[in-house]
Amino acid sequence: MSEKPEHFIIDGKRLDGRSRDELRPIKIELSPLDRADGSCYLEWGRNKVMAAVYGPRELHPRHRQNMTGAVVQCRYNMASFSVDERIRPGPSRRSVEISKVIRQAFEHVVFTKFFPKTAIDIYIEVLRADAGTRTAGINAASLALADAGIPMRGLVSACAVGKVDGEIVLDLMKEEDNFGEADVPIAMTADNRITLLQMDGRMTTEEFYTALELAKTGCTTVYELQRQALIEKYGDEYRAEGGSDE
Amino acid sequence: MERKIVVPGDVVSDNVKMSGSGTYIRGDEVCASVYGLVNAGVRYVSVIPLSGKYIPQANDRVIGIIIETTHSNWIVDINSPYDGLLHVSQYPRRIELEDMKKYLKVGDCVLVLVKEVDAAMKVELTMRDKELRRLTDGRITTIGPTKMPRVIGRSGSMIRLLKSMIGCGMFVGQNGRVWISGSGNRIDLAIQAIRYIEANAHTPGLTDRVQAFLKAKEKTMQSRMHESRDNEEW
Repeated sequence: MSEKPEHFIIDGKRLDGRSRDELRPIKIELSPLDRADGSCYLEWGRNKVMAAVYGPRELHPRHRQNMTGAVVQCRYNMASFSVDERIRPGPSRRSVEISKVIRQAFEHVVFTKFFPKTAIDIYIEVLRADAGTRTAGINAASLALADAGIPMRGLVSACAVGKVDGEIVLDLMKEEDNFGEADVPIAMTADNRITLLQMDGRMTTEEFYTALELAKTGCTTVYELQRQALIEKYGDEYRAEGGSDE
Repeated sequence: MERKIVVPGDVVSDNVKMSGSGTYIRGDEVCASVYGLVNAGVRYVSVIPLSGKYIPQANDRVIGIIIETTHSNWIVDINSPYDGLLHVSQYPRRIELEDMKKYLKVGDCVLVLVKEVDAAMKVELTMRDKELRRLTDGRITTIGPTKMPRVIGRSGSMIRLLKSMIGCGMFVGQNGRVWISGSGNRIDLAIQAIRYIEANAHTPGLTDRVQAFLKAKEKTMQSRMHESRDNEEW
């Protein structure tokens, strides 16, 4: 692992040249997986994640079925090659926790009541990790759910805010996450309803509210990218089709 | 007619009385709940999803595949998260329980009607209606249940076109399965046409383009036939 840098912010620029309120570049690809009901591949800076959604489908074992609605299930998994030092494959304390909070971030957004006795399965595979994989996973999963045609109150967008060198910054990168003072991943819908909020490290109350406002602007930017990706999926095909007709 | 694409959470109307399928009410606005195309009617605004599973409803005609026989029911896969139940008494003629396997075996395809769906999503099927039967010939292909209305077209215009231009029999189940009967190459062509409809299901003016698509296919098939005949002579 790299050494702790002396300063995180030099002349108003961060280690990778971003300003305090700037996100890393995001690339979205919809429906890369043919056999999933909905899927999304997302790159966020140096993170690479794949999300797949299956369902609504019959839930086994039967005793876990809910007569009043679908059960949302989520698995967040990091590939053993996703980090510098190979990690042991399979669930870990950390991945079980992240799976749970991501599931909870979607449970109250999806209209489960339309599909009693079924399961909606979300699988998130982290192929390359570089700080902020849970937020990247949530963004990808949200698009995969929409792609699967599952009814929701809205898309969920997520980004992290944190504190480095005593300053509040948006979307932490690896060094800032490892050696910074605080990391706050936040997920929310487009109407600013928060579905996930975690905090690692310390912040004063004032700093927290500044961070929350910054996260809102970050999530809005992410939301616009997500929305654009969905609209373009069919828009582009349609234009291409119109051209080849001649 | 060009329809607007919306994502979940987009506002589609500011009149809550207009809330149709694929929408929900948030405050005093109507929002889309699914990713799809807006269908703005006079009385309702609905969103037509671009993908999704088939959820059975009473009076739907569906194409099913027998997956199991129990003491008095056949369990039928209806391309849905919920399996269908076909009771012996719902077979067109009276059958003794021990004779069930003589009439419908695992793997058989049936054209059935959804009789009733209860709150626990128990789906009861029936074969006691005209045209409902076991399908003994032809082929079955699947198109997403959300795209299946495009194979029928407005008041059946698309399916009429397909049947007459291809020269095959066709039945489209509400669950997105399509049964096609006819000679082998006719069925191949029909499946190609259905794949074309599937890929372009979200675009307007599809019937005209399918007609053009079929004409082009017909032409290449004819020229290929001529070619092979020429080769034989040579």
